[in-house]
Amino acid sequence: MAYNNDIDWEKIDDIIDEYSSDKESLLMILQDINELYNFVPPETIPVLAQKLNVPKSLIYSVATFYKTISLEPRGKYIVNVCTGTACHVRGAEKIIDAVQDNLQIDTGQTTQDGLFTLETVRCLGCCAAGPVFTVNKNMHGGLDRSSAINIIDDYKKNAS
Amino acid sequence: MVKFDNKEALESYIQELQAKAQSPDKGLISLCSGPGCIIHNSDKIRDTLTEEMEKHGIADKYEIRLTGCHGYCEQGPIMVIDPGGIFYPKVELENIPQIVENTLVNNEPAEKLLFKDPATKKRVAREEDVPFYKLQTRSIFGKNRLIDPNSIDSYLAVGGYQSLAKALFEMKPKEIIAEIKSANLRGRGGGGFPAAIKWDSCSRHKGPKYVICNADEGDPGAYMDRGLLEGNPHLIIEGMLIGAFAMGSHEGYVYVRHEYPLAVANLAKAIDHAKQYGLLGEDILGSGFDFDLHISKGGGAFVCGESTALMASLEGKPGRPRAKYIHTSEKGFRDSPSNLNNVETWANVPLIIDKGAQWYAAMGTDYSKGTKIFSLVGKVVNTGLVEVPMGTTLREIIFDIGGGIPKKKQFKAVQTGGPSGGCIPEQFLDTPVDFDELTKLGSIMGSGGMIVMDQDTCMVDVARYFIEFLIDESCGQCNPCREGLKQMMAVLTRICEGNGKQGDIELLEELGTMMQKFSLCGLGTSAPNPVLTTILYFRDEYEAHIYDKKCPAGVCKPLFHYEIDEEACTGCTLCAKKCPQEAISGEKKEPHEIDQEKCIKCGICYDICKFDAVAIR
Ligand SMILES: Cc1cc2nc3c(=O)[nH]c(=O)nc-3n(C[C@H](O)[C@H](O)[C@H](O)COP(=O)(O)O)c2cc1C
Ligand code: SF4
Ligand code: SF4
Ligand code: SF4
Ligand code: FES
Repeated sequence: MAYNNDIDWEKIDDIIDEYSSDKESLLMILQDINELYNFVPPETIPVLAQKLNVPKSLIYSVATFYKTISLEPRGKYIVNVCTGTACHVRGAEKIIDAVQDNLQIDTGQTTQDGLFTLETVRCLGCCAAGPVFTVNKNMHGGLDRSSAINIIDDYKKNAS
Repeated sequence: MVKFDNKEALESYIQELQAKAQSPDKGLISLCSGPGCIIHNSDKIRDTLTEEMEKHGIADKYEIRLTGCHGYCEQGPIMVIDPGGIFYPKVELENIPQIVENTLVNNEPAEKLLFKDPATKKRVAREEDVPFYKLQTRSIFGKNRLIDPNSIDSYLAVGGYQSLAKALFEMKPKEIIAEIKSANLRGRGGGGFPAAIKWDSCSRHKGPKYVICNADEGDPGAYMDRGLLEGNPHLIIEGMLIGAFAMGSHEGYVYVRHEYPLAVANLAKAIDHAKQYGLLGEDILGSGFDFDLHISKGGGAFVCGESTALMASLEGKPGRPRAKYIHTSEKGFRDSPSNLNNVETWANVPLIIDKGAQWYAAMGTDYSKGTKIFSLVGKVVNTGLVEVPMGTTLREIIFDIGGGIPKKKQFKAVQTGGPSGGCIPEQFLDTPVDFDELTKLGSIMGSGGMIVMDQDTCMVDVARYFIEFLIDESCGQCNPCREGLKQMMAVLTRICEGNGKQGDIELLEELGTMMQKFSLCGLGTSAPNPVLTTILYFRDEYEAHIYDKKCPAGVCKPLFHYEIDEEACTGCTLCAKKCPQEAISGEKKEPHEIDQEKCIKCGICYDICKFDAVAIR
C-alpha cells in the first residue's frame, strides 16, 4: 500500500488490539505496521508508546535493531537479493550489480520515482534455487544477470 | 468436529484414519510445494492435474496432497504416486496429461519422464530406488511426503500424537527425561548439548516455566528447520508437548523468522487444529495436563538465535545476549526457568518416545546418536535436504548422495556450521560427520548447513564474506567482537583488493585468538572460525593474494582478468553475443579476443564457454 502521509489509524488500532496491547509483542506490532506501509511511519511511534505503555526510546531501539523494520519510506516494490552463502557462491554479487545498474541505485536506496527499494537478505531458505531474490513476497530463482534484469523490467512495465 | 477427551478416543480415530488410508481403491499423489518449488509452478500443477483426471473420470480415485519439501530440491517439483511410489522429478505442466494417462489410467510409469540415474543412464521408477534417497535414512524428514501440513488428520494417519498419548498416560515425567537421556539426544541447533541435561535442570526449578523452540535458523545456507516446520508442523508441536510435560511447563513459544512466512502460516494452522482436537490447551486428552503454544516472529537478526538474545527478543526487546552466569534453565524468558531447543531437536522427541531410546541410540556414532538433516547446497549436483545417520562421511554425503560437483569442476572445500563453522578441504572428505569429528577439524556441525565450494570459489573471499555477514549481525555490545570483526574486515578487504602485506596472515590469527577468548557470546567467540580454518587449510591462497597479487579462483576483481585461450577457442561466437560490454571480438571460427579496457569481469563469458577457452589469469 502506498504511503502518502495519511495513516489509517483504525488499521493501526486493529493491529495493536490483535496483540492485546501487549508490550512483549512490540516487535510483531512493528512488523505488521511495516508490512502495511513498507515502513513504520514516525507518526505512529508516540501512539504506540502510549498504547503499549513503553518509552519511545525502546520502540526506536527495537525498530533499529531488527532488519525487518524500516523507519524510512521504501518503494512500492522491495527487491531483496539473497546474499546467503549458497547464493553467494553461486554469484549473488553479480545479481546485485545487475539490479544496481538497472535501477541506478545502491543497495539500501529507493528509486526517485518511489517504485523500487533494493535490499539484501541473509538466506531465504531457497538455496537450491539460488541465486534468488524476492520482489515483495514473490520469489524468483535461478537468476543470472539477464534474467534478473528482465524480471525487474517486468515490474516496471506493470507499474506504468 | 472431534475433540478427544481421552486416549482411547484418539487411538480409535487414528485406526479409522489408517484403515481409510490403506483402502485399496484410493491412491495418493504427493506433490511437493515448498517455496523453492512454488517458483516452478507447483501450485498450478495441482489444478492441471485435477482437470486432467476429471477428463478421464478418475478424479475420485486419487487424493492429491500438497506437501512440504521432499528434500530433493534440485529435482523439484516432485510428484510421487502411490501405490508404487512412482517418482516424477521436475514435473512440468505439459507433462501432466502423459502422467495421468500412463500412470493413473494404465498403471505403468511414463518412461521418458522418470528420473534418469546419471551414473547408469538407466531410468528409475520408484522413489526408494533413486540414488539420492536410497542412501539416506529419513526417519524424520521422510514423513514429509506423506503429510499435508494443513491437515492434522494426515499427521494422525501416520501415527501422530501417539507418542504424546504414551508420554502422558504411560510414563512419568522423570521416565521421559531418562528415555531422552539414554537415547543421548544432543541438541541440533549448533552446540550439540545433551537435551536431557537441560530438561532435567529445568524440571528441577520451581515456578512458571517455558519451553521454547528455536526456529530462527539464522545460518545462511541452512533450511532444514524451515523444511520441517513447513512440512510437518505437528511433529514439532508434539515434541514440545512431550518436553513440556516432562519439565512441568504449561506454556511454550516457537520463535520463527519473519523471512519464513509459509512456516509461520502452516504452524499457526497446525496450532489451531491441535487446539480444536483437544491436543493443545486445557486438560489435554483428559490427562489433566495443560499446555498453550504461541508463535513469535523474529526480526531477521542472526544473533537472536543465541539463547539469551532470543529470550530478550521474545520479551519484545532488542535481541542482545547476556552473560550466562545464571543458566536460562533457571532464569530465562520472563526471568523464569526456560528450556530452549532447536526445531530438529524437538522433532526427534516423538520418535524416541515412540520407538525407544535403544532403537534411537543404535543409529550414529559413539557420542552422536540418531540421524542428522543436512542442507546440502552450493556447488553440488543434487542440492537439497539430506538425512543420514551420524557418522556418514562427508564424501558419502557430497559425492554419493549429492552427486559431486557440477560441470566437471574440482571440489575445493565444504563449509559446515555457517558463520560459526569452518571450511574443510578435500583431504578430510572421509571424516565421519558427527559433533566431535567436525570440531576436531576446526569447524562445527552447527545446525547442519553444508555449503560445497568448487575451484571457482576464492577462500579469502569466503572468509571476508563471513566476516562481513557477522559485522552486520553482531549486536555490538562488546569490544572484542565489534572491533575485532572490524579489524579483520579491514585486513581481509585489503588482501582481496591486492594491497595485502607481509604479516597480515599473522595479524588475522592474532585477532582471531583474541576474539575467541574474550567475546561475550557464541557469535563473537566463533566468528574467527571461517578465517582461521581458511588460513589453516588454504594458506597458499592467502599468500597468492598477498605476495603474487593473484586471485587463483578468479573472484577478487582487481587480482585477475579473463583471457581467451587461442588454442581452445573454436570461434563459436557465443561469448561475443552474450558479453554485456561488447568487449569480445573475433571472426566466426577464428579465435576471439577480449578487450580488457571494456571488460567489467562479469564472468558471463567464463561461465558460458563450452570449450573452457576463457581462462582466468
Ligand atoms: C550467534 C548464534 C546464533 C544461533 N542461531 C541459532 C539458530 O538459528 N537456531 C538454533 O536452533 N540455534 C541457534 N544457536 C544456538 C542456540 O543458542 C542454542 O544453543 C540452541 O538453540 C539450543 O537448542 P539445542 O540444544 O536443541 O541445539 C545460535 C547460537 C549463537 C551463539
Ligand atoms: S560477542 Fe558480539 S554478538 Fe555476542 S554479545 Fe558480544 S558484541 Fe554481541
Ligand atoms: S564461447 Fe568459448 S569457444 Fe566460443 S568464441 Fe567464446 S571463447 Fe571461443
Ligand atoms: S567478463 Fe563479462 S564483460 Fe568481460 S569479456 Fe567476459 S562477458 Fe564481457
Ligand atoms: S543462500 Fe540464498 S536462499 Fe539460502
